[in-house]
Amino acid sequence: MTEVYLNGKFVGDVENPVEFVDHIITERRKGVLSPNINVLYVKENDNIIIEAGKGRLRRPLLVIKEGKPLLTEKHVSQLEKGELTWSDLINQGIIEYLDALEEENVLVAFTEEELTPEHTHMEISPMVQLGLCASLVPFGNHNQSTRLNAGSKNQKQALGLYIANYLVRMDMDVNILQTPQMPIVNTIMHEISEYDKHPSGQNIIVAIMSYKGYNMEDAIILNKGSIERGLGRSTYYRPSIAEELRYSGGLVDQISIPDKEVKGYRSEKDYRLLEGDGIIYPEAFINEGDVLIGKTSPPRFLSSMDEYNLVSNMRRESSVTVKHGERGYVDFVLITENEEGNKLVQVRIRDQRVPEVGDKFTSRHGQKGVVGLIVNHTDMPFSASGIVPDLIFSPHSIPSRMTVAHLLELIGGKVGALSGRFIDGTTFDSETEEDLRAELLKCGFRENGTETMYNGMTGEMFEAKIYMGNMYYMKLKHMVANKIHSRARGPVQLLTRQPTEGRAKEGGLRLGEMEKDTFVAHGASLLLKERFDADRTIVPVCESCGLIAIKDEFKNKHFCPICGDDVEVTNIELAYAFKLILDEFKSLCIYPKLELKGKY
Amino acid sequence: MDEELLKEYSELLPQKVLDEIKDAVPSNISKSKLKEILDKTLEEYNTMKVSPGECVGLVGAESIGEPGTQMTLNTFHFAGVSEMNVTMGLPRIIEILDCSKSLSTPMMEIYLKSPLNKGKGIKEFAENVKETKLRECIKEISVNIGNSSIEISLDKEKMDLLHITRKKLISIMDASLKGFTVKENDELIVVKPRGKDDTVNSLFKAKEKLKEMYVSGIKGITQVLPVKKGEEYIIITAGTNLKVVLEMEEVDATRTISNDSLEISEILGIEAARESVLNEVKKVIDVQGLNVDVRHIMLVADIMCISGAVKGITRYGVVSEKSSVLARASFETPLKHIINASISGERDHLNSVVENVMLNQVIPIGCGMPKLVLENEKGEKAK
Repeated sequence: MTEVYLNGKFVGDVENPVEFVDHIITERRKGVLSPNINVLYVKENDNIIIEAGKGRLRRPLLVIKEGKPLLTEKHVSQLEKGELTWSDLINQGIIEYLDALEEENVLVAFTEEELTPEHTHMEISPMVQLGLCASLVPFGNHNQSTRLNAGSKNQKQALGLYIANYLVRMDMDVNILQTPQMPIVNTIMHEISEYDKHPSGQNIIVAIMSYKGYNMEDAIILNKGSIERGLGRSTYYRPSIAEELRYSGGLVDQISIPDKEVKGYRSEKDYRLLEGDGIIYPEAFINEGDVLIGKTSPPRFLSSMDEYNLVSNMRRESSVTVKHGERGYVDFVLITENEEGNKLVQVRIRDQRVPEVGDKFTSRHGQKGVVGLIVNHTDMPFSASGIVPDLIFSPHSIPSRMTVAHLLELIGGKVGALSGRFIDGTTFDSETEEDLRAELLKCGFRENGTETMYNGMTGEMFEAKIYMGNMYYMKLKHMVANKIHSRARGPVQLLTRQPTEGRAKEGGLRLGEMEKDTFVAHGASLLLKERFDADRTIVPVCESCGLIAIKDEFKNKHFCPICGDDVEVTNIELAYAFKLILDEFKSLCIYPKLELKGKY
Repeated sequence: MDEELLKEYSELLPQKVLDEIKDAVPSNISKSKLKEILDKTLEEYNTMKVSPGECVGLVGAESIGEPGTQMTLNTFHFAGVSEMNVTMGLPRIIEILDCSKSLSTPMMEIYLKSPLNKGKGIKEFAENVKETKLRECIKEISVNIGNSSIEISLDKEKMDLLHITRKKLISIMDASLKGFTVKENDELIVVKPRGKDDTVNSLFKAKEKLKEMYVSGIKGITQVLPVKKGEEYIIITAGTNLKVVLEMEEVDATRTISNDSLEISEILGIEAARESVLNEVKKVIDVQGLNVDVRHIMLVADIMCISGAVKGITRYGVVSEKSSVLARASFETPLKHIINASISGERDHLNSVVENVMLNQVIPIGCGMPKLVLENEKGEKAK
């Protein structure tokens, strides 16, 4: 007797497991049972598992009977005419969805040629084993699988036209490529996904050569002329949000130009761009620190006594300003109210991003790189026919990564550009290399894609022939403008008085434990001290009890909280963090006594 | 050769260098020439010395630690014996430097005297070295609940190989099992409880005990593997028992070693233990194909053995010896160290690196070391 489990629960026994399972499958194909059911007979455990629940990953396969697919030419022509739909095929049992469970018991053919009578299913297309992004890589079957992975990952980070109504949206961190194009070398998936409606890259001319060493280690060289003509130009949008919050006691935030009496008032210059309603006007040029939305908040801790206290009764300044390191134009101002009925103001900033040194670009084959040098158009190498590359890519990126598709795309792009048509690079089903090369030869170019080129600076001919053609390149969202950061002096943390961390807080770059070790190893102890001087403080110490004394600034006198006024106090230099740990010891009832000694 | 001149330099140059010079120069060398050679050597020697204030400990630590990040492969296999894996790589380095009490793969290399080192009779000798448990020389052991006894059938071939007689086995069993009688019964050995409280449970317990009973060989040695090393045959063992092995007549006690530094320090003394730490760390680094100057490892080995007993680089070992409270607290378990220090009123003299980094004072290393003392016009030293 074979046990039967439905959705993991035992439901009963059957005598003939194979027959039972076959019966379920035929009934499912007939349409008597739901097509959502999957079944498996596990011989080893002698039980049958039926799954009909949700959350299973399933994929469609063509059903094979006696070595022939049930799908015939007739079906295909009917499909093309629109007389038949996908769901008709499923209802007729020509295509069925299998989950990971049922796949255990089937034999799936990859192509029609390899079909044998043992096969039970066939892939609809060999390309269905790839995901959306991976099938957007042209000639993907010529790439190493890791590169295909990297390539599809990179495409997700590419700038493009992610949505057409971005102008009326208030999304965070939006990047729009200004002149996106449909790739010349594309796959069937570009058509299916309507890639021309939301493209994310540009067809540019790529030369594979070195250039003064500025494209070592995956760097790329860009043509300044191409950039000025719009290559890789994108727009960055980011909204700033202010809300009139309501607090207990009927107090509210107020969006307006703050009064001069307000606590934390910035300078008049900072508010200069605000209009009467306290909100900046559109198309204003803004720089770091400028106020976008003027706002004041009620005092923080309000008690009955404070009503007579003028200082604490003052409203606080809480304006929204341009973040550190950001600049641009005010693109759009939105005044509305949120779910709670509070006034809500959003100001969208726009910034044009022209490619600069350090911006990241990639082809579709995991060949990403940052711009190493931007070269004047006049200094770029040029071909015999006067073509100047937009981008120079290093040949050293090819051998170890084995991205043959990268090279094929270059030839394909060249053919497509010359003959004015799109090239089909669908994985496993692309135009062949031989055809492309023959066509290239017909167009009057060297069959292997190389060209005679001349040094742009000297006009001399290069000894080597340069491999040059068209490729689809994408600008990735990692741009230096969002990441550049440096600091000499700046804000410190309240608790430790050490520099803050991170770019957003204008933080310092930490000299860590291991970096410290290098200073010690070199015996550079004075340099090390200077490096760690960021939280240096002068602390008065009572000579008799060894605890930190107090300086009375009004009387200009030192006294010890334990030993009193009449005591010798010496100033010493310490890391503030160490003073802090002494305080922590004291809070643990540990007496940290400092014994002072002359330095020399 | 001018012995006099060489003697003059015996204070300035190490004996080994002097001996090397002695061997290298012709015996009829003139005094002035020899002096020239010695002076040049002395000059070279002095430039190679570590300068005062050089931070040797930290440089050593980084020099061992950095290659440690590149280590791969944590085990090493002996061909043919699948059970004999040797811990290598970073886990082994940690084990040595922490001075763990129980190594994950304790091992010995037993060197032998002639004729065993030519490979004659080495297999039999190795089998005798290996600890044999009862479970290895029996065919079957079973509990007979019917007449409440344990029945053991012996493996004759195995016993012959180990030169164990049936009588000897029975006497061993008799001695180690209390409250049971051991009797011969044809092919079987029957073990019966003496008293009446013969629960099945106690029978099973006795059976398990019998299986693990020591029969012959050297305790602690679980595997033996005779291998050829260079020209001679040696025995590599899994498990160590240096004391007993060194006492054996056939063993070349001058070269036989264990990889357990603690054991070596107990039996051969602290100098041998230092050498052992040094060699074991070196072995791991060499196997990985890395390159670390021995002097870094020597320094670590010295620190570990300086107190006369091997101490690991742990908070219980070397680190607990640090005089500074703050330095100890900055390593591990800071609260423990600070509370203990406050109970006994410890004083931190801020003599070392870590404490001074914490206070942001000049660390007493390198250019932070020299102190400037000025004399005023009256010849008094400034305070």
